[in-house]
Amino acid sequence: MRTTLIRGGRIIDPSQNLDQVGNLFIRDRRIVGMEGTASLANEVIDATGLIVCPGFVDLHVALSEPGFEEDETTASGTAAAVAGGFTSVACLPDTDPVVDNRAAAEFIMRQAERIGRCNVFPLGAVTKNNKGEELAEIGQLVEGGAVAFTDAKRPIANSEVMRRALEYTRMFHRPILNHPQVPELINGGVMHEGFNSTLLGLKGMPAAAQDIMVGRDIALAEMTGGRVHLMCISTRNSVEQIRRAKSRGVNVTAEVAVHHLALTDEAMRSFDPNCKVDPPFRSQEHIDALIEGLKDGTIDAICSDHQPIAEEKKNCEIDLSPFGIIGLETLLPLCVRTLIEPGHLTWPELVAKLTVHPSRILGLEKGTLKAGADADITLVDPSAKWTFDPRQFRSASRNTPFGGWEVTGRAKTVIVAGDVRYRSGE
Amino acid sequence: MTTSLDKDMSAPTRWTKRHLLGLQQLDAAEITAILDQAAEFKRLAANGETKLSALSGVVVANLFFEPSTRTRTSFSLAAKRLSADTVDFTAAASSLSKGESFVDTARNIEAMGVSLMVVRHSSPGAPQLLTQQLKAGILNAGDGTHEHPTQALLDIFTIRENRGDLRGKTVALVGDILHSRVARSNIWGLKKLGARVIVCGPATLIPDGIERLGVEVSHNLDGILPETDCINLLRIQFERQRGAFFPSIREYAHLFGMNGSRIRRAKKDILVLAPGPINRGVEITPAVADGPHSVIIDQVTNGLMIRMACLYLLHQTAQNVLQVAAQGGH
Repeated sequence: MRTTLIRGGRIIDPSQNLDQVGNLFIRDRRIVGMEGTASLANEVIDATGLIVCPGFVDLHVALSEPGFEEDETTASGTAAAVAGGFTSVACLPDTDPVVDNRAAAEFIMRQAERIGRCNVFPLGAVTKNNKGEELAEIGQLVEGGAVAFTDAKRPIANSEVMRRALEYTRMFHRPILNHPQVPELINGGVMHEGFNSTLLGLKGMPAAAQDIMVGRDIALAEMTGGRVHLMCISTRNSVEQIRRAKSRGVNVTAEVAVHHLALTDEAMRSFDPNCKVDPPFRSQEHIDALIEGLKDGTIDAICSDHQPIAEEKKNCEIDLSPFGIIGLETLLPLCVRTLIEPGHLTWPELVAKLTVHPSRILGLEKGTLKAGADADITLVDPSAKWTFDPRQFRSASRNTPFGGWEVTGRAKTVIVAGDVRYRSGE
Repeated sequence: MTTSLDKDMSAPTRWTKRHLLGLQQLDAAEITAILDQAAEFKRLAANGETKLSALSGVVVANLFFEPSTRTRTSFSLAAKRLSADTVDFTAAASSLSKGESFVDTARNIEAMGVSLMVVRHSSPGAPQLLTQQLKAGILNAGDGTHEHPTQALLDIFTIRENRGDLRGKTVALVGDILHSRVARSNIWGLKKLGARVIVCGPATLIPDGIERLGVEVSHNLDGILPETDCINLLRIQFERQRGAFFPSIREYAHLFGMNGSRIRRAKKDILVLAPGPINRGVEITPAVADGPHSVIIDQVTNGLMIRMACLYLLHQTAQNVLQVAAQGGH
C-alpha cells in the first residue's frame, strides 16, 4: 500500500464541479480523495501554484504502429502524449495493416501495455481496410478492446454504408467517429478555398465540403438513433447545424482540433507544407464561430488531431506533401493562447473539454478525480513560459507550423495509475 | 562580339533582388527597371549587337519539372545571348524517377557550379522552397497556377512598346483565369503600373473574390470590347471540359473567342495578345491571330529580351553582393 499526496494545488475536476485549492490523496493505483493525513503519505508532490486535474483524454491520435514506424511508434507516441498532459489516448486504425479485426486491436492493447506509459484505447475501423465499402467485424473488434469506430481521415462517403454502420454500432453502444468532408469537392485541394487560395494559385477545399457531410451525418444519426461524433469541425455552418441538431435531441457530438483556432488560411502564404492540414486552416469568421461553439457547449471536446509524418515525406512540394501536423505536445499552450488568455473559456471549462467530455464520448471511465477512480492525473503550470522547439519534442516526427512560438502553460507532472510517468524538464 | 554594357558597379540600381519569384512582391520601379533593361537589349539587337558578354563564365540551369519547349528554348537563347553556358534538366530523364527529392536535385545541380536557376514546376511555391535551401539566384518560369512573372513582363512590355504608358489603359484578360498563372502575374504587374484590368470568362473559371485584387469581372466579352485597349487571350485547356468547367469547345469559342466580327465591334486600335501556344479557332481565329491587331509574334521576340533582362539583373545583384562582401570584410 503506497499513499501519494499531491499537495496544495488548485484541484479542477469538472466531473464533480470541483474547483478549489487543496490536497489530493492517491493510494496505489486509485484516487482516494481530498481528505487524508498528510504525514502518513509515502510520497509528497508539491502542487503549489499548479492546477491539478484529471489526465487529458485525446479522442484520436495517430500512433502509426504497425506499418508507419518511421512516423511514430506506440513508444514515441505515448511519450509525446504524457509530455502533453495526456493519460489516455484513442488511436486511429489507419495503420498497416488496418485495425479492422480483433487481432489487430489486441496488438494495440498489448503494445501499449508493454510500453507502459499511458492508456491506449484502440479505435476500430468502420469498414474493412478503411475502404468505405463493407462493414468491418465491429462486434469482434469490441471484444478485442475497440472503444469506438472510425475510418480515420477517410470520410465515410457512401451514405448507405454510413447508415448501416450507425445502425450496427447501436448494438454495442459505441459511436462512429467520422471525418466529415465530401471527397469530390476537396479532390486535389491543399488549403481552404477563399481569397487566399485565389491569391496563391493553390487548389481550395471549400467549407461547404464539410458542411454538407455534417448535415448528412446529423440526418442519418437522427434517422437511425445511432451515435455520431464529428471529428475536427472547422466551419461556421457546421457549428450552426450541430447546435440545431443538439437542441432537437439528436445523438451527435463534436470536437475541434486546437490548431484550427491558432492559425488562419493566411499561414499558407509561406507555402510551408507544415501548414497543410485536413480540414485546412480557415478564415477568421470560421474561427470565431468555433470559439462560440466551444463557449456554448455545441462543441464538446478539444483534440490534438496528432498526425506525425516523417520529415522526408512531409518536406517537399506543397501539392505532394501529405496532410497533417503533430499535436500532442503543442495542444495545451495553444489552448491557453487561443482560449484562456483571451477569456473565451475558464480553466474549468477548458479542462472539461479535455477530460470528462472526451471520456464520455468514448464511453470511458476516465477524465475524473472522484474517489475510487484510476489515478490518472495531470499537474499543469498555467503560467510556465517556454518556446516550442520541435527538435526537443518526444514525438518521432517534427511536422508542426508552431516551431519557435513563445507560449504559456505546460504539463509539469503526469501520473498514470498512480505512477509518475512524466516530469517536465527531464 | 561586342558589349556596350559598361555598367558602373557602384551606381545604385533600381533592381536589388536575388530572385524573381513573381510580380506580387515587386513595386512599379522594379518592374520598370526590367522593362527598361529589356528595351536596351532590344535596341542593341536592332543595332546588330545580338551577342553580349555580360554573363560570360556564368552557368544558367533550366530546371523544368513541367514540360515546356517554348519557354525553355526562350530562356536558353536568352542565356546564350549573354554568353552564359546553359544546362538543361527535364524531369523525365532524371533522378526524380529514382526517388530523389526536388530540393536534392536542385542542390546537386547547384553544386556543379550553377549560379542562376530557371525553375518551372507544377506545384505553387516550389521555386520559393529552393530560395530557402540554395544560394543560387532563382527565376520562376511558372509554378503551378501561382505566377509566371516573365510571361506577364513580356506581355506588359509589348503593350508599352505599342501603346505607351500603361496608366489608364484598359486591359482585358480573357479565358481560364482560375487556373492561370499568367493571369495572376499580369494582374499584379498591370495594377502596379496603373492599368485598369478586366477579367472575362465563364463564371466557373473566374475565382471568387478576385475583385479584391482590384480587377473588374465580366462574363460578357462583347460588353467590354468597346472599352478595351488591349486584350490578352489565355489558352483554354481542353481537359477542363471533362472537369465540368464548361460544356464544349464550341460553346467556349462562341462566347469568348476573339473572331473577326468581335474585332470589328472593338476599338479601332485594339491590341491583341496571347501567351501561346494558341488554339486556332478556339480562343482566337486565324484571321485575328495573323491580322493587323495581333502582336503575338512580337510577344515571342520580346520574351527573349525580357528573359535576358531578368537573367542580367539577377546576375548583377549576385555580383553586387560579392563586391560588397569583398569591400566590407572587417
